Parts: sequence; structure tokens; C-alpha cells
Amino acid sequence: MYDAPSLEKNVDQKATKIAAKDVQVYYGDTHAIKDVSVDLLANTVTAFIGPSGCGKSTFLRCLNRMNDTIDICRVQGDIRLDGEDIYDKRVDPVQLRAKVGMVFQKPNPFPKSIYDNVAYGPRIHGLARGKSELDEIVESALRRAALWGEVKDRLDAPGTGLSGGQQQRLCIARAVATAPEVLLMDEPCSALDPIATAQVEELIDELRENFSVVIVTHSMQQAARVSQKTAFFHLGNLVEYGDTTQIFTNPIDPRTESYITGRIG
Amino acid sequence: MTDATTSLLTQDARTKKRNAAEARFKLYGIAAIGIGVAMLILLLVTILGNGVGAFQQTFVTLHVELQEKKLDKKGNRDPEDLKKVTTFGYDPLMKAAFDKAVKEANVETKLKPKDQAALLSKSAAADLRNYVLANPEHIGKTIEFTFLANSRVDGYLKGRVTRESIANDKNINAAQLDLVDQLVKAGVIEKRFNPAFILGADASDQRPEAAGIGVSMAGSFFMMLVVLVLALPIGVAASIYLEEFAPKNWITDIIEVNISNLAAVPSIVFGILGLAVFINTMHLPQSAPLVGGLVLTLMTLPTIIISTRAALKSVPPSIRDAALGLGASRMQAVFHHVLPLAAPGILTGTIIGLAQALGETAPLLLIGMIGFIASNAPGGVAEGLLSPNSAMPAQIYEWAKRADPAFYERAWGGIIILLVFLVTMNTIAVILRRRFERRW
Repeated sequence: MYDAPSLEKNVDQKATKIAAKDVQVYYGDTHAIKDVSVDLLANTVTAFIGPSGCGKSTFLRCLNRMNDTIDICRVQGDIRLDGEDIYDKRVDPVQLRAKVGMVFQKPNPFPKSIYDNVAYGPRIHGLARGKSELDEIVESALRRAALWGEVKDRLDAPGTGLSGGQQQRLCIARAVATAPEVLLMDEPCSALDPIATAQVEELIDELRENFSVVIVTHSMQQAARVSQKTAFFHLGNLVEYGDTTQIFTNPIDPRTESYITGRIG
Repeated sequence: MTDATTSLLTQDARTKKRNAAEARFKLYGIAAIGIGVAMLILLLVTILGNGVGAFQQTFVTLHVELQEKKLDKKGNRDPEDLKKVTTFGYDPLMKAAFDKAVKEANVETKLKPKDQAALLSKSAAADLRNYVLANPEHIGKTIEFTFLANSRVDGYLKGRVTRESIANDKNINAAQLDLVDQLVKAGVIEKRFNPAFILGADASDQRPEAAGIGVSMAGSFFMMLVVLVLALPIGVAASIYLEEFAPKNWITDIIEVNISNLAAVPSIVFGILGLAVFINTMHLPQSAPLVGGLVLTLMTLPTIIISTRAALKSVPPSIRDAALGLGASRMQAVFHHVLPLAAPGILTGTIIGLAQALGETAPLLLIGMIGFIASNAPGGVAEGLLSPNSAMPAQIYEWAKRADPAFYERAWGGIIILLVFLVTMNTIAVILRRRFERRW
């Protein structure tokens, strides 16, 4: 069984941030994503759930064109960020990724100091005009990632020397520092212990104030806890998409029900 | 089931067999390592045993009176006039000085002064002339000189030449050896460290005692300079492009296969290519370290490209993802994050490639960086790159094929110097690797 979300979720009608229509993804000859259409809302946490290999991470990586780095991957269909087609020829993926940040499954801090990790994005995008401004960005990013208190005295220490949970929060701080509009998280808690997971989940809820957050997760409890919208993927299809409360209490599709009650997956 | 075989305290037949097999395998491994180490020790002992002698040389100390009437008849110290006196003109001075040394040492000998002075190197008179031309103010004085002894005398002191071995040798006889024995006792002839072997130039077949490896060392140095300046940037740029940017299609596949094949091409092929392209077509100077460096660059490039690509591949993809996910461009991801992490591997590969190139002889045969090249040490970079020179391994090969056994000893000595360079370079590679290695 799952935990029904007890707190009242704020799911008022919000603007569409990312609109995907008839998205197809192929890995070579494999048809990995089939006809996925979904509207992701602003200031909302959307969870992608589904069994392993269902394509939820692949779809997530389409949203900031990280799939471009995979040679055999082809994406068809229409994905719009604020009404602009992100696969348009004129779009530079570098600019797109500055707007759509990403946190990966495994914490991957750069082998540099904590400060340099967070400052890297603002530096390459020219977000700070001086040292003091950069310091402010770093501090506020670390504060928002709930890491400031733990690392403020050792910003020069290597980021790789932190614990797993701290590293992941450092990666979130790094993504937040670039001031993106959308934050994609690919199973951000899969390498973390329950305490660190709780910290990251709390953080995700706070991030919602400023960003749209899309989170891929294997844990249905996590999806229920942090998200307002949930999309269930199965074998490359988007089976069902709706309010988290509805998906977990009253799923329409029998496959969704089977999955959330543990019969498939 | 209470059989004895099920007890943990005794081994059953299968376990015994497996343990025996494991023990045998360990033994084979130890034996293999033992053979390898023994071979290495044999090699080092042979090299040191044969080569250490080259670092010592026999010298004769003489007090030479620089007679004015022989060297400067006009007495005006005009350099042009001084140059007119050839090395033959210095011979009488040498003979007189040697005769005086023999008499002062109270040595009885029936040898004529000419045969006495034959114990000196054939380069001794030339050395004296050079000294006089450089210091004309010393004419008329008596100056103490240490001359190189003839290579036979040197061989006698080192045990290479014996009274039995000189039976058919026209260059030295038993009476001369008697004289040598007595002069050694008197301290006129002595064996000591010879820096000229490390710093000097090659010498002709008649004067092995004067030959040194220094100038060909400079040749090797300038070649390595060319290799480093060309191969490192070209190799690293090619690897970064192939590894990080190039699309994966049949063209890049073919390039990749060919780079691997190039690494296995015999070096002499690169030599003949250099001969055809750099010398015959582009008319670059023959025997020049520039051409040698270009040829060795071609040879080293595949090594550097392969090791650089391996180093780039070993950087975890998550680092690239992290940078790209933050909106870094491909190039920023490579230069800010991937390259610093790959640097130790790239450096190691480059140094190993350079060490290989340093020891390469075959391509140098074809572009003429071999043979008797007794040039002086180059005065500058341009001269070092363009004037004919040899390289250390080519010099060693050249010495080893000359007839006089005295050159054979120098070849071993040259190998010691070459090995010192190679070991130093490999040590630097290891140290750099240790220092720059980072964890992630």
C-alpha cells in the first residue's frame, strides 16, 4: 500500500511550462518513447513513475536535450518550453540547458572545491558581475539546498569529499545557482539514505516556489509525498497523467492501478 | 552422513586438487617473474660492467715548453702566423716534453722519443695547438698539460689490452707497455674520470679515446624539442576531437583503425617516408635534427593519440553530463572538466612516447643522422635544429660497428647514458601521474 498524501496540495490551474506533443524517441531501432503528450505546469512538482526501462528517464532527458549527446538517439515530435519549440534548428542546446537544469541519479560533483562547483554555472553564464555578487549567489544556492550550514566553513574543500547526501544537495545547489526555470531530477534520491532523502524531498517542495520541478522516481511513496502531478509510464507509453492524489487514490487505467498496488513493476 | 569426507577439518579430494592447482599456478607466476628479474639483472650487470670504463680515461701529464722559435718565428703573436704552424709543427714539442717526463721519472727505456710519444693520443698535438691559438700570450712559457693517452694505453690500464693480445698489434709493443708500467708508478700516467665522454663530440676511427656523446646528446635534445612541440599539441587536439566531438560514422571508424595501425608500423618505414618527403621533396637539410624530429613526430603521434584517448575515455561520463546539464558548451565541458582530469594520463603517454622516440635508431639511418658527424656542439636553437648532427642511439650504433674495441666500450658507455635518460623520463612520468591524479 502507499501513503495517501495527507496534506492538501495546491493544484490550482497554473500556466503550462513545457508542452510535449506526440513525442517519439528511438534508440537505433528501438522505439523507446511512443506518442507521449503531456503538459507540465509551472511551479508544480511533476513526478514520473513507472517500472524500470519504461522510458521515464529518456523522456526527462528529452526536455533539456541531454539525449543529443547520445549518437544513436533520435527524437521526433514537438516539445515546447513557454511556447518555443526546443528542437527548432535555431535553438542552441546550451541556452536551453541554462533554462532547464538537471540533477542526476548519481551525485556527480566536479572534482573541485565546493565553492567552484556552485560557482561554475554562474561563471560560464556570466550571471555575477563581481566576486561579491558571485559569493552571494553561491551562498543563496547553498542555503536553498540546505547545505550552507554544513559547508560554510569549508567552501574550499573538495566537493567530492562530502558524504553522498551532501554531494547530491551540492549538485542541486549547483543546478539552482544557474537560475533555471525548470529543474529536472533523475532519481535524485536513489543513492541516498532515508535521512538525506527526507532533506532532499523537503528541498524539492521549497524549490516549487520558483521553478517547475520534474522528478523521476522509483519510489511511489516519494512521488506521493513531493508531487502535485504524476505521470505513469509503461513500456514507452504515457499511460496516465493527472493530479497525484487522483493517480494514487483513483487511477483510471487498470495498468496504473496494477503498478501502484505492486502487481506489475 | 558422518563420513570423514564431510568434516571441515580434512580436505576432500577435490579441494586438495584445486589447492594444488592454485599452488602450481602461483609457482609458475613466481618463476616467470624470477626469470624476468634475472634477465634484467643480467642486462644491467652486463651494461654496467662493459660501459663504466668509458667514463674513465687514461691521461698523461706533461710539462710542455711552448718554444717561441718553433711556434712564432716572427715573435709578433699574429694569429694568422700562429695558424700557419700545423699540428706537425707541435710534434717536436710533445716529444721533448715526453722525453723530459720520462727522464724526470728516472725511467730507463731504449725507446726512441718518437715511440715514446706514440703513447699519447693522436689528438694531443691538436689539443695543444688549439690551446696555443687561444692563449698566444703563453708562448715561451712551460705549461702543465694533461693529454689523452692512446687508446691502447688506456685499454692496457683497463685490462682490455694485454701483453698476449698485442702480439699482432702494430700500434703498440711490449717495450712501450714496460714504459707505461713505469710511468704509471711515477704518476705521469693515470686513469681518471673523463667529462669529455659525456660532453664531447665524436672522434675519428684513429682516436677512440677522444670520442664523446655530448654533441649527439644535443642532437637528441633538439629532436625531442621538435617532437614535443609538434606531437603534443597535434596529438592532443586530434584525440580531443575524435573522442569528444567527432560523429561516430564510418569515416571516423577508418581513421581510428588507421591510427591503431600506424602505432604498429615499423619505425624504418617512417624513416623512408621522411627521406622521401622531408629531404627529397621538401629539400630540408640532411642529417638535421629538424628532419629527425619530424620523422619521430610522425612515429610518436599514434602513441600520444592512443594514450590521450584512453585518458579521456577514463574520465567518467557523469562529469560531462554534469557540465552539459549546467549549460556548459561541449568545449567548456572538455576544457574545464575533462581535460584536467585526463591530464596525468596525457602527460604519461607523452613522456612514454618521447622516451620511445629518444631510443629510436632505424629512421635516423635513412635520413642520414648517422655516420661520422664530429661537429661541434651547436651554438643556438637554429643551428641545433638545422646543422648536421647525430642522436644518442645512432651514435651508439655507429660506435658499435667500428673496428677498434675501444669504441665498443664507448658504445656500452653510451647505452648507460641513454638508459639514465630513459629512466629519468619514466620516473618523471610516474611522479607526474602520482601528483596530478585526482579522485572522483
